[in-house]
Amino acid sequence: MSAVTAATSSPANAAGKSAPARLSAAFVSRLVIIVPYLWLLFFFLVPFIIVFKISLSQTAIAMPPYTPVLDFRGGIPGFISGLGALNFDNYTWLTQDALYFNAYVTSVVVAAISTVLTLLVGYPIAYGMARAPATIRPTLLMLVILPFWTSFLIRVYAWIGILKPEGLLNQLLLASGIISQPLIILNTYTAIFIGIVYSYLPFMVLPLYSSLEKMDHTLIEAAKDLGCPPTSAFWKITFPLSLPGVIAGCLLVFIPAVGEFVIPDLLGGSQTLMIGRTLWNEFFANRDWPVSSAVAVILLLLLIVPIMIFQRAQARAQEQDQ
Amino acid sequence: MNATWSRFNVISIVLGFAFLYLPIVLLVVFSFNESKLVTVWGGFSTKWYVSLFHNRGLMDATWVTARVGVISATVATVLGTLAALTLTRYTRFRGRLLFSGMVFAPLVMPEVITGLSLLLLFVAVGLDRGFLTVTLAHTTLTMCFVAVVVQSRLITFDRSLEEAAMDLGAPPVRTFFQITLPVIMPAIVSGWMLAFTLSLDDLVIASFTSGPGATTLPMKIYSQVRLGVTPEINAACTILIAVVAVGVIIASLVNKSREVQRQRDEQAAQRG
Repeated sequence: MSAVTAATSSPANAAGKSAPARLSAAFVSRLVIIVPYLWLLFFFLVPFIIVFKISLSQTAIAMPPYTPVLDFRGGIPGFISGLGALNFDNYTWLTQDALYFNAYVTSVVVAAISTVLTLLVGYPIAYGMARAPATIRPTLLMLVILPFWTSFLIRVYAWIGILKPEGLLNQLLLASGIISQPLIILNTYTAIFIGIVYSYLPFMVLPLYSSLEKMDHTLIEAAKDLGCPPTSAFWKITFPLSLPGVIAGCLLVFIPAVGEFVIPDLLGGSQTLMIGRTLWNEFFANRDWPVSSAVAVILLLLLIVPIMIFQRAQARAQEQDQ
Repeated sequence: MNATWSRFNVISIVLGFAFLYLPIVLLVVFSFNESKLVTVWGGFSTKWYVSLFHNRGLMDATWVTARVGVISATVATVLGTLAALTLTRYTRFRGRLLFSGMVFAPLVMPEVITGLSLLLLFVAVGLDRGFLTVTLAHTTLTMCFVAVVVQSRLITFDRSLEEAAMDLGAPPVRTFFQITLPVIMPAIVSGWMLAFTLSLDDLVIASFTSGPGATTLPMKIYSQVRLGVTPEINAACTILIAVVAVGVIIASLVNKSREVQRQRDEQAAQRG
């Protein structure tokens, strides 16, 4: 309370503030930083350390189903002797079984192809939106964001009814005489591509739109006046200027798509192999916590570089705005 | 701008929106299907909605989901707003890089990793899996989204308003509640809504961190979808879509009326 009265009695800037007022301001700003910081440390960083720890332990038939390692209960000497008991069997296991290696490679390839497809579908939409009359742009933006508010699970589920052999797409194509045999799309990689492009499209369109909208359109007109054909004006001016949006959009699609679970599980069926599903099955079906932790650690190592690029791009964009 | 170019633009927008909306529209349409076969039209009926309300498991799951959503979104909004303030206002403190990393990484982190790591944390500290653990997990995930939304508003915030208040003797905390908070309120509200929808939506993290008695709606829907596509699930999805759509429409109407009010105030101020 004294801080408040002190501050009100001396209406001055920071330099003129009394000591208690400065102290309380410092305390408040400390608190603003510390509360979310501790929360994220405890619920985001510490869990990763635990995952790493458990990936080095052995499977056991118990609850929780692993043998404890690196236990601090034995004090420092116990901890040091515990280091000798670490086992890398789970990692050796991952390298020996071709299933895991294939799952990692397939996931990265599927995510990369889907990212390119999403870019190809999203770019014309974002470009069209950026060129639309300024009055309808907010509405278009709203329409792109709206599906994002409806459940991801529901949107993926909706595609099952469309893609299955007796589904709506096949009914339409058969009725119109384009095909004579129903197409098998559900439970193939094609279905996964469709699912990822569909679900992640807003994540691609929004950053693309925001960088295309900022673009100075007179540059294109200048190029045209100087005799540059539209296609080459696009590749020489528009595309390079939209590159920050392209990078942000691609990372926003690629990184989560590598570890995607719902789409491969509902649309990909049992024939397709992706690492998110492998981890899920290892955990829920085999109840092998150490192996699923090892799968998560390797997946994280795969993604750490793209995640860091994403974070730096975000930080740079923020600095430019400020 | 020549005509063919703009026609290309219009066509790509129309096709894009058709791609985005057609599956959702079909889902809603077939929830009113008389036939049990989801993809064959058998006449209009609302019987699946009736049977939905007699499905005890689904109703329980809806109640759990709503409570988890409200609590986690509210806590996440407070934490996310603090995180956004930290990111925009305190550019220099030890561990800032780690902090911004911890805010941005969850946005793209595959859900299976987040889910697994949170579960192992809860097991390590001896917390029983259930309502509390799902709520904590959702708070952690969604606070980062709130932070990004609020941060983008804070970046464009006119700091001179705060400086004026402080020059007139308002202490920092009071300045925040009387000046800063009202201005960034729309961003905080949309951050809350985003957090709520993400929580409503989440299957993977909830499956890892939830325990007996705390089955959420997406978990219930997922387990039924695995058994096959039924019109009842379509009906449940339609209701969820309707709830979200009504929420979004109300939010945009509120925003619009506030905007109109603000413009009127500004005009009045100019005249006065």
